[in-house]
Amino acid sequence: MSYFLRKLGFYVVALWAALTLNFAIPRLLPGNPVDILLAKLQQRGGSVSPETRKAYTLLLGGDDTGSLWSQYLNYLKNLAHGDLGVSVSYYPAKVSDVILGSLPWTLVLVGVATVLAALLGVLLGAIVGWRPGTWLDSLVPATTLLAAIPYFWLALILTYLLARVLGWLPLQGGYDVALTPGWNTEFILSAVQYAILPALTIVLASIGGWLLGMRNMMVSTLSEDYVLTAEAKGLAPRKIRRSYAARNAALPSVAGFAISLGFVVSGSVITEQVFSYPGIGGRLLGAVTNNDYALMQGVFLFITLAVLGANLIVDLLYGLIDPRTRARH
Amino acid sequence: MTNLTPASAPTVADAADTLIQPTGSTGRPARSGWRMLLPSMTPWLAIGLTLVVGITLFGILAVYVVGDPKQIRDQGLTPPSAQFLLGTTQTGQDVLAQLAYATRGSLQIGVLVGILATVLSAFFGIYGAYRGGILDEAFSLLSNVFLVIPGLPLVIVISGFVPRESRGVWTIVVVLALTSWAASARVLRAQTLSVRNRDYVAASKVAGEKPWRVIAVEILPNLLPVLASQFVFAIIAAVLGEAGLAFIGLGASNSATLGTMLFYAQNGYALSLGAWWWFVPPGLIIALFGMGLSLVNFSIDETINPKLKNLRLYRRRARRTARMERQLARRGAGATGTPATRSTVSEAPPR
Repeated sequence: MSYFLRKLGFYVVALWAALTLNFAIPRLLPGNPVDILLAKLQQRGGSVSPETRKAYTLLLGGDDTGSLWSQYLNYLKNLAHGDLGVSVSYYPAKVSDVILGSLPWTLVLVGVATVLAALLGVLLGAIVGWRPGTWLDSLVPATTLLAAIPYFWLALILTYLLARVLGWLPLQGGYDVALTPGWNTEFILSAVQYAILPALTIVLASIGGWLLGMRNMMVSTLSEDYVLTAEAKGLAPRKIRRSYAARNAALPSVAGFAISLGFVVSGSVITEQVFSYPGIGGRLLGAVTNNDYALMQGVFLFITLAVLGANLIVDLLYGLIDPRTRARH
Repeated sequence: MTNLTPASAPTVADAADTLIQPTGSTGRPARSGWRMLLPSMTPWLAIGLTLVVGITLFGILAVYVVGDPKQIRDQGLTPPSAQFLLGTTQTGQDVLAQLAYATRGSLQIGVLVGILATVLSAFFGIYGAYRGGILDEAFSLLSNVFLVIPGLPLVIVISGFVPRESRGVWTIVVVLALTSWAASARVLRAQTLSVRNRDYVAASKVAGEKPWRVIAVEILPNLLPVLASQFVFAIIAAVLGEAGLAFIGLGASNSATLGTMLFYAQNGYALSLGAWWWFVPPGLIIALFGMGLSLVNFSIDETINPKLKNLRLYRRRARRTARMERQLARRGAGATGTPATRSTVSEAPPR
């Protein structure tokens, strides 16, 4: 039980650190975000009441009235209420609404692509690592090329080849603009069709790491006693590979899943930009170019929350899968 | 956080290593001392070194050969020709010249970030683990927190707040280094923890050596391969990270990197105009450079984890067995036949 408590405690600390970073960044860096933001707001026809100004200064700093400490407390209080301010680039929509509208796109795209890449990579890694020394295994270093390719460049190349030259898939966007978003077959099929290219990019760019990690663990596992015992018992090689070697070798991959999620999210932020995908990454970049600081911070908070949440789930699962982790503490 | 047993703990596999050792080192004298730290040459390492050295030389030397990358000519977007080996951009700028300057810019940032991130991870990983106690707990917590906070979104937010005019190369370098040291620090900590309690370190402490000397002389040499591998990795991550940032227009102002090249290509509609010569080379350089470094890292990994190195010895042995099996099968007129799982081994080309 204390294992789970420790993990929970760690994520509470991590969350607090992320919130504090979010609070500190605009205050530590040069520039005056509040004024830029309010100027933008006025351009868009928004009225700047003292309350609006106060809300923004709480979020972004530049407030001279209260002490830093009271600003910090107020900032945390606002966040607890889910109040992230008003977005400038989508005025008068609230930041939380803008984010909630784009979150499903990213969650589904990144989630499905990551799980696919992990499953495929671990499976291939188990196959390759099972017989170290075959011609297949000596090709493994070539996968480093896949891992070293920038996500967004791979996206450009794939778009060029599959969408522009061959014309198989749509060039960019999240769905056919002629359709209205809704839960009907036509729209969902269109969304799937538009998601193939970005998903393919993420899978291709991240599969190499999984493959390599699994293969290396598989090789290490092969020299363990229990594999030798299984062989001595005369078990079928396939059974040894699946139930003895691969099972144990996959453990670090499960643990690594959480860490890699952060990288995948990072990579997909820019990938979304290439495809003009209506996800949260596109919103973040749009916010940056429009100096929409409130939206920027909101998106960062949401991404961090999502990654922390996924990490927590994986960690808790890991405690269930591998009893050793619980025994250690 | 780590669930792996430290690599230094002796396992039964290590005993197996000593069994394989004689078969592998046929006729070669054992390598000793510092040379043990150097990875042995393999075809993949050769490819990696060639790529890294080639691209580095291109970045350093080509800028003196090519023309002015910013010179605008009235010929628009042209495909590769004898005059412009990689064609021109839509304003008639020489892509090859841009590529040379961009490669130099990217490499500079990569190396700077690599150094800074390695120093940071060494400080938080090694020093914390060496001192132990509350400092270790604090440093370890800090690196774990930095590990789970997604790096690039943080970098984007930070760069977004810095006004464009004050966003120089050093801003980007510091921001990238600050967000990329955590993973290495964790590995270094685990390694240091296992080295810290060895007898010679204790002896050095008892002899009254100062902490920095114990770390530098007794502990650091053990961690050199790990540090080297992490330095290499940090460079890849930095080049990729900078390219990503620059691609979305958040790179250092007035800098020429591979990422900014891709940014201009994207904004110049290179994709929809089909100008592959504009957007393919910069990404290819990044990918090949990253691949080269990864391949070098592969070999460093073999020095860190000898189990992987013994693989090649296994491989050689497996091939020999396969050959013998085939000969036996030919002679024995298919009495037993080779097991199905071995068939892939026998297809391995002789090296």
